[in-house]
Amino acid sequence: MKRIVSALVFFVALIAAWQLVYQAKIWSPVLVPAPEAVAQYLWNNTFDPGTAREPNPNQWQLFLAIGVTLKRLLAGYLIGLALGLPLGLATARFRVMRDTLGVLALGLQGLPSVCWVPLALLWFGQTEGAMLFVVVMGSLWSVVLATEAGVRNVNPIYVRAARTMGSRWLHIWVKVIIPASLPFIVSGMKQGWAFAWRSLMAAEIFVTILTGFGLGNLLHYGRELNAMDQVIGIMLVIVFIGLLADKVLFSPWERFLHRRWGTGQPG
Amino acid sequence: MTLQQELAVTPSAKLVVENVSKTFRTGRGAVHALDRITLSVTEGEFVCLVGPSGCGKSTLLNVIAGLEAPDSGRVLTDGAPIRGPGRDRMVMFQDSALFPWLDVLDNVMFGLRLKPGLSKAEREEVAHYYLQLVGLERFADAYIHELSGGMKQRVALARALAPNPRVLLMDEPFAALDALTREQLYGDLQRIWEDRRKTIIFVTHNVREAACLGDRVALFSPHPGRIREEFKIPLPRPRDINSVDLAERATEIMRALKGHLDAREFAT
Repeated sequence: MKRIVSALVFFVALIAAWQLVYQAKIWSPVLVPAPEAVAQYLWNNTFDPGTAREPNPNQWQLFLAIGVTLKRLLAGYLIGLALGLPLGLATARFRVMRDTLGVLALGLQGLPSVCWVPLALLWFGQTEGAMLFVVVMGSLWSVVLATEAGVRNVNPIYVRAARTMGSRWLHIWVKVIIPASLPFIVSGMKQGWAFAWRSLMAAEIFVTILTGFGLGNLLHYGRELNAMDQVIGIMLVIVFIGLLADKVLFSPWERFLHRRWGTGQPG
Repeated sequence: MTLQQELAVTPSAKLVVENVSKTFRTGRGAVHALDRITLSVTEGEFVCLVGPSGCGKSTLLNVIAGLEAPDSGRVLTDGAPIRGPGRDRMVMFQDSALFPWLDVLDNVMFGLRLKPGLSKAEREEVAHYYLQLVGLERFADAYIHELSGGMKQRVALARALAPNPRVLLMDEPFAALDALTREQLYGDLQRIWEDRRKTIIFVTHNVREAACLGDRVALFSPHPGRIREEFKIPLPRPRDINSVDLAERATEIMRALKGHLDAREFAT
């Protein structure tokens, strides 16, 4: 309860400060819109039904955009995981994979994912394929590296103990090495998610396609239209989705691991 | 085999180490960890290998466990050479090596699940029996990080005993524990050994511990790792680590150990 209150106080103060800056009229309202204008934009593009005579054409627009974006994100991220986890295991297991794919992964992980956009555009054109490619490239390598690091950090004594109890190849991998490296793998999955999210936003801003307007597209048009309320509104939505994903997708895992391993701070 | 049948028979094994040598290559050259080690352990015997750190005694234990292959020589149980690790020889490590992703019961069940011919109910019965034997039945659902060091080693002991091995290999299992916990575990281990009659090989650098637990103490010295001398400890059981008789034996062994170390230094 106390934590909720302190969070609430903090964000109310933040908005109040924003309001003050707006009212001081240091910058043009085109650059610094009122908090109210942003709220109006968000309302207008979500639930606002308009009037009976003049129904709101933008109602649900943001939800549609969120739907389009999340669909792309999930597709790309799941492909990234499906490729990254086995490749990471293989990289940890075979030296030759480590010397080849491992080095490649390390190099590409350092490449900011927005750098994939020009290549994706030339290869795939203005298509969903380009989006997917950028997201997969954005998330894949960090998943590979985290999985590899996780496996290689497994205390060898676990494997020795398992072997004396009659555990062999596949059983050791499934019952010992993978569970033992789970904390690493989960943090790698979380990092992969963050990278997928970043790269998708970059892709949506740069790749204008007609098969669906995502949040990045709306952000881009906000700039084109000089609509700062839209730009800030979309940014808030993006931040909110990121927070939500963290709480819904990863926090339960992390809490589970902390409880089992006895690591980290409770709560 | 049900738990009752298992408990009715006393499955210890005769163990023979024949001319085992092993050398490790490190950055600073070769380490001659084991040099033509020969050791014979009778059924149900409790043998302690004692020596300073890095003398090769843990390596010997790993070779007997089948976790490491010797460069030459062989290890036989009941006359048959060992090939790799096996359920007949369970190991207890200094670091408990319990799996933090499993609770206490599932840790004890790990080896049992790999043992063929047991139903789920039988496995659980066996696991609970051994948890009770080490006095931790109430902690079956606890996670590993919730246990103290002594409790972890008790669970590790239950886990090693559960598949009913014939030989128990213990690699300084109590070295990281406080003195009081250690004394309790000496008592428990002697009680369990008398009850279950395992063949035990126990590695330690603590001479007193070796004299307290072993029927026989084999003295190791390093570079190259060799067994220098053996001592029989004919004291009655259960033995108290603080008894005067035992202290005398320990002193005798300690003196011998120092003699071998000094002789070696003199020679080099």
